[in-house]
Amino acid sequence: MSAKSETSTTTANDQALRPHAEDTFAHELKALAAADDRPRPERWRLSPWAVATYLLGGTLADGTVITPKYVGPRRIVEVAVTTLATDRALLLLGVPGTAKTWVSEHLAAAVSGDSTLLVQGTAGTPEEAIRYGWNYAQLLANGPSREALVPSPVMRAMAQGMTARVEELTRIPADVQDTLITVLSEKTLPIPELGQEVQAVRGFNLIATANDRDRGVNDLSSALRRRFNTVVLPLPATPDEEVDIVSRRVEQIGRSLDLPAGPEGMDEIRRVVTVFRELRDGVTADGRTKVKSPSGTLSTAEAISVVTNGLALAAHFGDGVLRPGDVAAGILGAVVRDPAADRVVWQEYLEAVVRERAGWKDFYRACREVSA
Amino acid sequence: MTTRSTGEPVLLGVRHHGPGSARAVRAALEQAAPDAVLIEGPPEADELLPLALHKDMRPPVALLAHVLDDPGRAAFWPLAEFSPEWVALRWALEREVPVRFIDLPAAHSLAMTAEEEKTEEEKTEEGKTEGGKTEGGKTEGEKAEREADEAEAPDVRIDPLGVLARTAGYDDPERWWEDVVEHRGAGSGEGADALAPFAALAEAMGALREAYGDGGHDRDPVREAHMRLRLRDARREFGDNIAVVCGAWHVPALARRSTVTADRQLLKGLPKVKAAVTWVPWTHRRLSRRSGYGAGIASPGWYGHLFSSPDRPVERWMTKVAGVLRDEDYAVSSAHVIEAVRLAEGLATVRGRPLAGLTEADDAIRAVMGDGSDAPSLLIHDRLVVGELLGEVPEDAPAVPLQRDLARSQRTLRLKPQALERELELDLRKETDAGRSRLLHRLRLLGIPWGEPTRSRGSTGTFRETWLLRWEPELSVRVAEAGIWGTTVLSAATAKAASEAVGAASLAEVTALAEQCLLAELPDALPVVMRALSDRAALDADVGHLAQALPALVRSVRYGDVRGTDGAVLRDVALGLAERVFVGLPPACTGLDDDGAAEMRGHLDATHQAVGLLGQLEAGARPEDGTPELRSRWAGVLRALSRRDDAVPGLIRGRAARLLLDDGQLDDGEAERLMGLALSPGTPPADAAGWIEGFVGGGDGGMLLVHDERLLALVDGWLTSVPDAAFTDVLPLLRRTFAEYESGVRRTLGELVRRGPAATTRDPAGGASGTSEAGGTGGEAAAPGFGPGLDRDRAAAVLPTLRLLLGTDQDGDPARPTARRPDSDLTGARP
Repeated sequence: MSAKSETSTTTANDQALRPHAEDTFAHELKALAAADDRPRPERWRLSPWAVATYLLGGTLADGTVITPKYVGPRRIVEVAVTTLATDRALLLLGVPGTAKTWVSEHLAAAVSGDSTLLVQGTAGTPEEAIRYGWNYAQLLANGPSREALVPSPVMRAMAQGMTARVEELTRIPADVQDTLITVLSEKTLPIPELGQEVQAVRGFNLIATANDRDRGVNDLSSALRRRFNTVVLPLPATPDEEVDIVSRRVEQIGRSLDLPAGPEGMDEIRRVVTVFRELRDGVTADGRTKVKSPSGTLSTAEAISVVTNGLALAAHFGDGVLRPGDVAAGILGAVVRDPAADRVVWQEYLEAVVRERAGWKDFYRACREVSA
Repeated sequence: MTTRSTGEPVLLGVRHHGPGSARAVRAALEQAAPDAVLIEGPPEADELLPLALHKDMRPPVALLAHVLDDPGRAAFWPLAEFSPEWVALRWALEREVPVRFIDLPAAHSLAMTAEEEKTEEEKTEEGKTEGGKTEGGKTEGEKAEREADEAEAPDVRIDPLGVLARTAGYDDPERWWEDVVEHRGAGSGEGADALAPFAALAEAMGALREAYGDGGHDRDPVREAHMRLRLRDARREFGDNIAVVCGAWHVPALARRSTVTADRQLLKGLPKVKAAVTWVPWTHRRLSRRSGYGAGIASPGWYGHLFSSPDRPVERWMTKVAGVLRDEDYAVSSAHVIEAVRLAEGLATVRGRPLAGLTEADDAIRAVMGDGSDAPSLLIHDRLVVGELLGEVPEDAPAVPLQRDLARSQRTLRLKPQALERELELDLRKETDAGRSRLLHRLRLLGIPWGEPTRSRGSTGTFRETWLLRWEPELSVRVAEAGIWGTTVLSAATAKAASEAVGAASLAEVTALAEQCLLAELPDALPVVMRALSDRAALDADVGHLAQALPALVRSVRYGDVRGTDGAVLRDVALGLAERVFVGLPPACTGLDDDGAAEMRGHLDATHQAVGLLGQLEAGARPEDGTPELRSRWAGVLRALSRRDDAVPGLIRGRAARLLLDDGQLDDGEAERLMGLALSPGTPPADAAGWIEGFVGGGDGGMLLVHDERLLALVDGWLTSVPDAAFTDVLPLLRRTFAEYESGVRRTLGELVRRGPAATTRDPAGGASGTSEAGGTGGEAAAPGFGPGLDRDRAAAVLPTLRLLLGTDQDGDPARPTARRPDSDLTGARP
């Protein structure tokens, strides 16, 4: 039995480093529940409309301001919420740094008022984490019984009609993943040892998150995939948004690493984000030239790590100012994942796009140096 | 707005191309049973209306009005099956109720458009003037249509529906309309008044027009005056029980009372042209906004579906979608359809809409059927939401303007269509012949193969073209079909080329298209084609394709220069392509088998030639930075290739070394070193043989070796320096290459070698340098194998002819390899 899924809070809320969503935003949820007069699916704390409002933000009739939890396309949230009210489970896909876990937590908090029924997916997640385990002392003393059974978060969610969460579904070994098929299609979890079963109560559903472009994951079997409605969380829509996210995160990380970060680095951050976006989208920022996309994900999270690395280089080996040379090697590492194909992609990009661009001479030279 | 009881005509304000409107119109007509139906549209088309009942008439079609002697100036009134106008037209024709078009005659509107274009730069066209409500409505002239997209500035032209929708709290007027009108379902109760929604809408429009006046649509008062006059005529003729189907915007104006004189006054002195009207087939794609035709609805396929499905539109839609996806090998089961319908309906509830619409359906398809990816959604959008439907027009419809334009061109170019096959020689330097060539090329692009280019029998100059002409009867049908592309041969060919460029599957197709565009002289299509070309080039991962495309493109650049076309765009694209070849070539040369290596050698040669040519052109265009850079970069690639070992086949390495040598980028010592390296005992025999083949040119390279003294000297020099012990190892390799030469060539080679090296290549041979410098080869020694003496006078006598051949003047610099060979031939020739 994995202990990590047992997350019942023992810490006092005010002392927790990071309180749960339903605690942090308890007042908003309460105000929404009070103002919400639309029909609610059984055992939902709020109506789908109110859940969407909780995530996207807004002002209620009584003047309560709901802060936006997710900044992004409205339709994505609407589809996600609606899916939870249907027969199918919800699969949130996206590259790292697109707020999958964040959305899943808030959805669970708003729908069921409890975001802690969580299974963290890892390569070592056992079947017990999804089905049930045994309390061996009890089992040995009294034989198999419901008392000796240790339910998983999924089982508890089924029994109580709550929303269960599975993080990083694709990291879980394929045979363990498939345990979910019965749960999601038959809505029941048999316990053959006792000749019993746990049937899902109305209101039960499951939110899974997965990274769709990582390597070394266990792809979902199509049987399992059919049980999910898939919502892809997009990357930041505009360059400014992304630059903003990157610089904010870099600053936070830099502070904990005692790295000096000045506004001088902004140009370089913008450049890194531009390169990442252009390669990712397969087209230059001005929309005039197409470029090939490398095999790497080039997520915002990677941009952040490239810049952080560059900052460390600049601080310890340079003059403390982020320069093209400091990020060039990092970018190369992020872009060229497949030594043969990606290298061609990168060199084409360098020659066709970077070389011609005004003000990018230093960067071009630095990249040529590390790519040679 | 009043009903018939008060003796007033029934005014049915509609949204053009709205299925809901269309249904409502049908219901209203059934209820009102008018004695005549008046429809917004050009009155010139009145006599063509009965064709709408013809069994071969299949919407979407469009009424096309054009200026009789200038088909380029045209206006379209597209009608889909779900257009209220079409429904009203069919209703009236089926019941033999008189039906009339009452809008301003096309003769005036075409003339007005022309004048407006002349007098002011302001982009004006009629379709747009009707604002949002007619976004499906009518446009005038292709130019105007193209501009419509750009002119979509809502702050300038007030969009009546947008205002209504904003008032109702919708950000998208189309969705508002869908919710309020389109989604009302087939019957809102049996006893319901079919006229009630029109009354409500008219009232809303009345309020809008009170607030906004004409909304800045300058032509509306004139058009509405004309409609009022026609309405009055009709009332005199048929009595008061008349139905009018027009854009909702016009309803208040038609209901308003005004005097005949005032209306006549407005219509006085309008410009006029001779206009002709006909039916043309239309496509769903052209109805859609995306195609660049301003008049449009985003989702004709969806509207068609809404109109044609009797009930449960979402369920039926999802089933259709599943069918399309299954055909494309997506695993979509009925369970998917069920879930998608459920999700769509749930979404509609969350969004507070009465019924799931296209947005909900789309979201549901993406989440349920497409695993969150965009690919199926795009497919569905293309196939179903827009749809591929092509309309049909009966054969007895009047000739399309394209036909007239073609006839006109045939007259001016004195090129009669004849069924007999005949050959036509064109001298492109003559104006008429150039025009004929352009026409034939354009027609070929349009799929009307009146002429087939053939190889000229006599001269083969660039300025000559030979065509085989034969006019088959079915070509007339092709012309009619091509009518959907445009009203003139030029505009149709341009539109077709642009659309083909976008849809082309491979890079080579686009390159060919670019060449065709140049031949047919379609300057407006060229940017689109170039855009597609550079996009494809950027995404094509196969260097072979790129290398194949490059020569044709460079040819086009040069050809464009000859014809005086602006080749700057082409040149940039060609340069970009070359750049990509440079980057991609070295990795692509690794790990090839024999066939692959032979193919790659072909690419290497083609690229080399293209780069040489491009370098020249580049030098002409930008003397300061063009040539040296491009050529030296290419030399860098070749050098990298020639120096790499193992992974790159010997054939490629040898070829690269040879190309470098020819370009003077590799000195003889280095070449010798590379040769030694490639043929040394450590190299696998096959690889070494490949190298020498690549270097001296394979089966047909013997002649080269005979004539290229330097090359021979190099091989000879290296061979003599091979130590005795190693010689026996090398021998088989050389034999493998030389055995392929013809016996005559072999004998000559033997003789040349036997005659011995008169002078080594490193010796400056005084006698030859003076004359050969004019050829640009640099002070070459007297060729090995020949005596050092040179008869200057005899050599000089040849030079003028030589210059003429090479097309250079005294200091000209013809491409090196071509120049040197004849040069060394001549200087080496002895009496």
